[in-house]
Amino acid sequence: MSIVAFHMLCVAALLGVALLAVIMARSHMATAIVYGTGLMISVLASAAAIGTLTIHRTTPAVLTLPLGLPWIGAHFRIDALAAFFLAVVNIGGAAANLYALGYGTHEEQPHRILPFFPAFLAGMNLVVLADDAFSFLLNWELMSLASWALVMAHHRDPENRRAGYVYLVMASLGALSLLLAFGMLAGPNGGYSFEAIRSAVHPPLITAIALVLVLIGAGSKAGLVPLHAWLPLAHPAAPSHVSALMSGVMTKVAVYAFVRIIFDLAGAQPWWSGILLLAFGGASAVLGVLQALMQDDIKRLLAYSTIENIGIIFIGLGLALAFRADGMYAAAALAMAAALLHVFNHSFFKSLLFFGSGAVLAATGRRDMDRLGGLIHRMPATSFLFLVGCMAISALPPLNGFVSEWLTFQAILLSPELPQWALKIIVPAVGGLLALAAALAGAAFVKTFGITFLGRPRSNEAAGAHEVDRFSLSAMAVLAALCLVSGLLPGFVIDALAPITNGFVGAALPSQSTQPWLSIVPSAASGSSYNGLLVFLFIIMSALIAVWAIHRFASHALRRAPSWDCGFPDPSPMTQYSGSGFAQPIRRVFLARTLAVDESVSMPPPGDMQPARFALTVTDPIWDHLYQPLADGVGVAAQQLNRLQFLTIRRYLGLVFLALVTLLLVLAIWS
Amino acid sequence: MELISSLLVQIMQMMLVLLAAPLLTGFVRKVKARLQRHQGPSVIQPYRDLLRLLKKEVVVAENASWIFRTAPYLVFAATWVAAALVPTFAKGLLFSWSADLITIMAMLGSARFFLALAGMDIGTAFGGIGSSREMMIASLAEPAMLLIVFTMALVAHSTQLSAVAELFSSPAVGLRVSLGLAMVGLIVVAIAENGRIPVDNPATHLELTMVHEAMVLEYSGRHLAMIELAASVKLLLYISLIGCIFVPWTLTEPGASATSYFTGFILYLAKLAAFGFLLGIFETSITKMRVFRLPDFVGAALMLGLLGTLLLFVSGSL
Amino acid sequence: MGHGLTFDVAHLLAGGLVLVSFLMLTQHRLYALLNAFALQAVLLSLSVTWQANVQNAPHLYVTALIALVFKAIIIPVGLHRIIQRLGIHREIETVIGSGTTMLAGMGLVALSMTVMLKVTPTADPLAREDLAFALSVVLLGLLMMVTRRNAVSQVVGFMSLENGLVLAGTGARGMPLVVEISVAFSILIAFFVIGVFLFRIRERFDTVDLQALDRFRGERR
Repeated sequence: MSIVAFHMLCVAALLGVALLAVIMARSHMATAIVYGTGLMISVLASAAAIGTLTIHRTTPAVLTLPLGLPWIGAHFRIDALAAFFLAVVNIGGAAANLYALGYGTHEEQPHRILPFFPAFLAGMNLVVLADDAFSFLLNWELMSLASWALVMAHHRDPENRRAGYVYLVMASLGALSLLLAFGMLAGPNGGYSFEAIRSAVHPPLITAIALVLVLIGAGSKAGLVPLHAWLPLAHPAAPSHVSALMSGVMTKVAVYAFVRIIFDLAGAQPWWSGILLLAFGGASAVLGVLQALMQDDIKRLLAYSTIENIGIIFIGLGLALAFRADGMYAAAALAMAAALLHVFNHSFFKSLLFFGSGAVLAATGRRDMDRLGGLIHRMPATSFLFLVGCMAISALPPLNGFVSEWLTFQAILLSPELPQWALKIIVPAVGGLLALAAALAGAAFVKTFGITFLGRPRSNEAAGAHEVDRFSLSAMAVLAALCLVSGLLPGFVIDALAPITNGFVGAALPSQSTQPWLSIVPSAASGSSYNGLLVFLFIIMSALIAVWAIHRFASHALRRAPSWDCGFPDPSPMTQYSGSGFAQPIRRVFLARTLAVDESVSMPPPGDMQPARFALTVTDPIWDHLYQPLADGVGVAAQQLNRLQFLTIRRYLGLVFLALVTLLLVLAIWS
Repeated sequence: MELISSLLVQIMQMMLVLLAAPLLTGFVRKVKARLQRHQGPSVIQPYRDLLRLLKKEVVVAENASWIFRTAPYLVFAATWVAAALVPTFAKGLLFSWSADLITIMAMLGSARFFLALAGMDIGTAFGGIGSSREMMIASLAEPAMLLIVFTMALVAHSTQLSAVAELFSSPAVGLRVSLGLAMVGLIVVAIAENGRIPVDNPATHLELTMVHEAMVLEYSGRHLAMIELAASVKLLLYISLIGCIFVPWTLTEPGASATSYFTGFILYLAKLAAFGFLLGIFETSITKMRVFRLPDFVGAALMLGLLGTLLLFVSGSL
Repeated sequence: MGHGLTFDVAHLLAGGLVLVSFLMLTQHRLYALLNAFALQAVLLSLSVTWQANVQNAPHLYVTALIALVFKAIIIPVGLHRIIQRLGIHREIETVIGSGTTMLAGMGLVALSMTVMLKVTPTADPLAREDLAFALSVVLLGLLMMVTRRNAVSQVVGFMSLENGLVLAGTGARGMPLVVEISVAFSILIAFFVIGVFLFRIRERFDTVDLQALDRFRGERR
C-alpha cells in the first residue's frame, strides 16, 4: 500500500472515530475510547510520516479519489514538505490525545468536544495531504469549523462567545483570500490541481497579488500582525488540549499553506517579497512578546507568545525568499531550515506549555497568575515539566529553542551579501527586533513560571492544589523529552529537512550527522558551529565538580527558618510581586508612551478612609485603529444598504432593469 | 602531543578563571578604596570571604523549593563553562568550536534565568524587585550584546571566538568605525551585566537600590559563596572578552613553547590589572543612576550595536 | 580589506563625530550639552588636520585651528558664561522621548548612508563614506534643532549642523575657499547667538536700551 493511502486510511479512521463519538456521546466510556483510538492512529501516522521523511527520498506518492467535483476529483500527495508537516501535526495530535485521556475526564459536557476533536485532527492532516485547490480549501474550512466548534465548547461564558464570533469572521476572511489566491494562480484556464498550477507560467502582477492574498489568508490563520487579533481571544477560550493543538499545530498548518503556495506553486517571487515578510515577521515578534508580558491570564500570555514565534518563523521565511530571489541558494537553504526547525521546535514546547496551563486550571480552577503561586510544592512534576517548556521557549541552551534561534541569527549574518538597498537597511533592523524579542521572551517566561509556580500561594485554590493524573503528566514528559533530545541532537532533524530545501531553493545545508562530535554547521564557508551535546555535558560536569567540591570542603549544615526579607517578614502573601508588578519596569521602558497601556491611580481626598486604587488597562492598538474602524465602517455600510429593504416595487423593477442594461453594455464593450 | 598540550591549556584556563576571579574582584575593590583615600580590604579578602562562607551553616526559608537550592550550582556551572571558552592567555582552545559567542551569551542568559527564578522563589517583595529589574536590564543588554556580536561577526565572517581573536590580531583589520562603536557598546554592556556602578552598586546595603543583591538576599553559606564566585567569574569573563577582542596581541599561538605560554600568562595578568584599574577609576568617578535612567544608558549600547551592524551591512569597509 | 591607515583614521574620526552627535541628542542638561559640543569641535579639528595632512592642503590647517579655537573653546565658554549670567533654564525639555529620538537618529543615519552610497557609486571610497558621515551629522543637528524646546540647544544644534558641513567640505578634495566659508559661517553663528540673547534680554527687561538696562544692575558705578 502506498504511503498516501496509509495516511488516508488514518484520516478515515479519525473521521470514523468522530462519527462514533457522536453516537456514543453520552456514554461514560466515550472519552477514553475516543482519545485512546485517536492516540493510536496519531502515533501510527507520525511514525509513517517520519519514516517517509528519513528513509524514502524518491519521487512523491500521489493518490486520486473520485470524490468532490466530477471533473477534478480529489488529489492527495506526499512529498518531503508534506511528510515533515504530517510528522509535526501527528506528533502534536498524539500528545494532545494522550493528555486528553486524563484532562478530558474533567470536562462537564464531553459531547460538545468529543466529535469535533478527531474531525479537527483529520482536517489538519487532509490540508497537508491535499494536492489540488478544491480539496485544500474544503479541508481548510473543515479544520476551521471543527476548531470553531471546539472554541465554542464552553459557550455559556460571554467571553468565549465573543471569541468564537471573531474567530469565525477572521477564518472566513482568510479562506476567502486563499480562494482568490488560488483563483488567480489557476488562471483563466482553471487548472486547479497543484500539478497544473505548478507548471503554469504566472505573470509578475498575478504573482504579486497572489503573494499578498496568501499573506492575508495563511498569515491570519498563523497569527501574523496585523491579522492576529482573533488568536489571543480564541486560543484561550478552547479547552487546554485544543488550545495546544491550535497554537502548536494549526498555526503550523498555516505556515505549511504559505510555504506550499509561495515557495512551490507560485514560482519565482519578486525581490521585495522578502521585505514584506521580514517587516510583518519582525513586527509580530516584538508586538507579540510585549503584549505577552502585559497579560495576567496564563493562556492568553501563551497565545501572544505564539504570535511572537510565528513572527520568528516568518522572518526566516522572508530571508529565504530574499536569498532565493538573489540566487544565494546556500543561504536560502539555511534560512528555510531555520524557519522549519522553529516550526518543529515550537509545536513541542508550546503544546507542553499549554498542557501545563491546563494542568494548573484543572488543579486550581483558575488561570489568572495573580491568584496563584507556590504551586511548585503542590504540583512538583507539573512544575518541573513546565520549567523545561519555559527554558525551551526562552531559547536557553542546550534545549531546542536555542538551536533554531541560533540558525536564524546565522542566516541574518549572511545577509550583507544581498545587493538590494532596502534589504540592507531592513535586515539589521529586523535582526535587532529579533534579539529584542528573544530577550523579552525570557523575561515573560521568568514572570510566568515565577508568579504561577514559585513564591507563596495567593489564594485558597492555589494553596489546595493537587498533582494531576498520570496521562497528563506523561504527555508533558514526552514533549519535554523531545525538547531535550532535539536540542542535544539537532543535526538529525536538520538533515531530515535537506530534501525540502533541495526541492524549494535548490541547495541544502552540509550534512550534519557526519560532522565531528555531532556539531551543527550552518554553512561550509563560515567557521561557526554549535554542539548542543557537548555544551550540555560541560554544564553537567561543571555542576557535578561543584557539588563534589562543596561536599568535600564545605559544611553540610542546613537549617530551615522563616524567610529573611530584610527583617520585615510579612505573613500576607499579597506583599509578594504580582505579574503586572513584575512587568512594570519593562512596561515603563517600552510601552509608556504608546496607546497600548493605560495606568490610572485614583487617590481619595485626605481624610477619606477608602483605599487608593490602581487600575491597569492593556489594549491592543491594532484592534482600536484597524479592526474597530473597519467594523464600524461595515456597520455604517450595512445601515445604508438597509434602505434596499424598503423600496417600492417600481424601484425594484428599476434595479433589475439597470443590472440587465449594465450586463449588456459590458458584453458590448468587451466582446 | 598537540592534543595533550591543547587539553592541558584548556584545563589550565579553567582553573585560572576560577582562581583569578576573586583576585580581580579584590583588586578592583582595593583600587576604589585607595582612590577614596582609605586603606580598603586586602586584595585576597574575597578568598577569605569565600572560605568563611563555605564553612557556615546554610539557613533556608521554610517555603524554599528545590529551585532555590539548585540554582547556585546551575548558575555557577553555566558561568564557569562560559568563562572557560573565552580565550584568556592562549588562542585555539580545544573546545572553542563547540560554542560560539552567541552560545556563550546564551549560557550567561541561562544563569540569569535561574538566578531570577531563585529570587522569586521565597515569595518576598525584595526578591521580586531584584528579579524584575534584572529582567528589565537584560531585555536591553542582551539584544545590545547580540548586535555587538553581529558587528564583530560581520567583520570576522564567523561567530567563533577563536576565529574573531585570530582575525583581530592580524593586520588585516585596521581601525574601523564599527569596531570602535562595538567596543564602546561592549564596555556599557559589561558594566550593565556585571552590576557595576552606574547600573547597580555591588556594595550597597539599601535594598531599594539593589538589583543583583536583591535577588540573592535570602542566600547564605555555601550557596552564597557559589553565587559570589559566579559573579566574580562573570566579571573576569567580560574583561577577558574585551581583552581578547580589542587587545588580542598578547594571546599565545597554539602549539608554542612553554616559555611563550608563560609570557602570555603574565601579559594576561597585566591586562586584567590594567582593566581592573580602569574599572575602579570609572566606578569612583561616576554616580549610580536612577533605575529608570538605566534604559537610556543601556539603550545607548543597543543603538551603538545597531549602528555598527547597520554600517557593516551598508558598506563592507566601515 | 587592504586600505591603509589614512582610510581608517579618517573614518574613525568621522564616526566619532557621528557618535558625539548622538551623545548630544541624549543630553538633558545644558552644561553637559556644551561640553559635548566642545568635544565635537575638537574631533572636527582633528579630522580636518588629518585631511590637511593627507591631502597636502595647508589652508585646511587654518580651518582646523579656527574650529579648535573658536568652536571648542570660545563659544562653549562664552555660552557657559551667558547662561550663568542670564539665569537661563538649564534643563532641556524634549518634544519626543529619548528612546524615540535615538531611533529617529538611527533612521536618519541609515537614510544618509543609503543616499550617499547610492548616489556616488564611482567616487573615491574614502570620500563617499566621509560624505555619508557628514550628512548624518547634518541631519542629526537638524533633529536636535527640531526636537528641543530650549533656545540654547537649538543654537548648539545649528552649530553642530555647521560642523557637519565643514566635515563634508574638507572631505571632498580640493574644495576652494573652505577657510573663508568657515570664517563666514562662524560670524553668522555669532550674530545668530547674539540675536537670540538680545531677544531674551528684551523679553526679560522689556528693553535692550543699554541705559535703561543700566538701572537694573546691582550697584551704580
